[in-house]
Amino acid sequence: MSQNYYQKEIETMSAEEMKKLQSEKLVKQVKHVYENVPYYRNLMDEKGVKPEDIKGIDDLHKLPFLTKADLRDAYPYGLLAKPLEDCVRIHSTSGTTGKRVVAFYTQNDVDLWEDCCARAITTAGGTKKDVCQVAYGYGLFTGGMGLHGGSHKIGCLTLPMSSGNTERQIQFMTDLGATILCCTPSYAAYIGESLKEQGYKPEDIPLKAGIFGAEPWTEEMRKGIEKTLGIKAYDIYGLTETTGPGVAFECSEQTGMHVNEDHFYAEIIDPDTGEVLPEGSKGELVFTSLDKEAFPLLRYRTRDICVLSRKKCSCGRTLVKMAKPMGRTDDMLIIRGVNVFPSQIETVLLNEGYEPNYQIVVDRVNNNDTFEVNVEMTAEKFTDKLSDIIAMEKSLANAMKVMLGINPSVHLVAPKSIARSEGKAVRVIDKRKLI
Amino acid sequence: MAIKQLTVYVQNKKGAMASLTDVLAKNNVNIRALSIAETEDFGLLRIIVDNEAAATKILEENGYLIKAIDVVGVKIGDKPGALTAALNVLDKADIDVEYLYAFMARTEKHAYVVLRVENNEKAEAAIEEAGLHLITNADICKL
Repeated sequence: MSQNYYQKEIETMSAEEMKKLQSEKLVKQVKHVYENVPYYRNLMDEKGVKPEDIKGIDDLHKLPFLTKADLRDAYPYGLLAKPLEDCVRIHSTSGTTGKRVVAFYTQNDVDLWEDCCARAITTAGGTKKDVCQVAYGYGLFTGGMGLHGGSHKIGCLTLPMSSGNTERQIQFMTDLGATILCCTPSYAAYIGESLKEQGYKPEDIPLKAGIFGAEPWTEEMRKGIEKTLGIKAYDIYGLTETTGPGVAFECSEQTGMHVNEDHFYAEIIDPDTGEVLPEGSKGELVFTSLDKEAFPLLRYRTRDICVLSRKKCSCGRTLVKMAKPMGRTDDMLIIRGVNVFPSQIETVLLNEGYEPNYQIVVDRVNNNDTFEVNVEMTAEKFTDKLSDIIAMEKSLANAMKVMLGINPSVHLVAPKSIARSEGKAVRVIDKRKLI
Repeated sequence: MAIKQLTVYVQNKKGAMASLTDVLAKNNVNIRALSIAETEDFGLLRIIVDNEAAATKILEENGYLIKAIDVVGVKIGDKPGALTAALNVLDKADIDVEYLYAFMARTEKHAYVVLRVENNEKAEAAIEEAGLHLITNADICKL
């Protein structure tokens, strides 16, 4: 299969050249941050590190980490490294886990971000002949604007749909012949369901590829989306703190995402000790912005748990690959002392023949955690016998217990009664109040 | 010979049943017989209606989960012991009854029982052999 590259010289650069490029950028970046961001300068001073101690990428481990707590402390301008008059845009996190994070962009920052997204779309087969439907939310959320910019750079006909209004999505998709869909995986699955309900078959729509990210999804869900939409589904990774989607993107091999490491250097650390772990180890993913100007985070701890690999990739890219994160520590719940990732629940549902439409409700009653999972009943499984439905709930609860090690109470609820994600899915309701 | 029953999934919350019956009423569907099995979370509404095709269509259009199945209808006397006699017939034929519900005719001296069993044909044969009368959707609609 022929490979498409957006910036071939970077994407297939030799390890040596890449290291040289990263080292040059890092030295400059550390100086820029030290001079312009008092917050980080203090952290460096506390650690006794000076910009001149950083001579290349091998010295990166000497720098202090930044965490989400730092971003909250420094809100809104504390980590800004450029005068506001040089900034052209902001984006912001959803703020679901606390105070919002606001990230700033200069025009150069926007450009390099859009290049990253363009690499992702090109890899998925996008050219100027394609019609790219962007159904991520536009606005403060980085998804819409990021993929929109990447699509523009390639010269695709860009449909700036934003999320929601599924009827209209389908109308434009079919009338204008969209060939690439960009949205969250749960919304892709929903669009697929809606197309099916309206009697469309995968061969009736010209879609060939989808670029889906911004929330955790499983291999099973990928297979489902690929089947209902008749496409190849590519994963994309990113976070507002670093830039947005496009920090890493999947190639046709679908065995991990290539990190755009000429802009974002990835490390895996031991989350407890902070020690850098060798390639192939599982640990917390840490990113360093090598050349962003306005909001250049150095050694930002993502709280995503994953593995990096430099194994040769059949797509020809030499960019390091990150495995799909096993779950963001933000998403991870600790229920009765056990770590629970929503993606594990999703895997069980897909294995047992349910749609991945679920909601986890956690509460604390008499000092004990309650753990409920609401799952939508499907037309195929629905029966008039109460005893059968109760048996289905029990069997699902058992399967979840095998996967998680703790026993949920499972409720089968009416179809479409769980709010669908047209942006990000609300999968978890944690009512526990720890006073 | 069987009777078509629709089972509808109803979330156990205030107003859910009224909005369902309202959908049927607005589309001129008359419910002839009804029974509910419920848990803490949801109920299964089992209904026999005068226009099953129309009811299925509008309920599906309104996003309800429904399942149509065949059940057995029997006409029995409106007097003490009549239901027992009918159930004994099934018991003797070794037929398990999953659930049942009954209703009375307005004018006739009869009651009607709707039975959910695993094997309709076997149940129907046993009922007819015992000299009891089976009923159909048409019979129920005429009541």
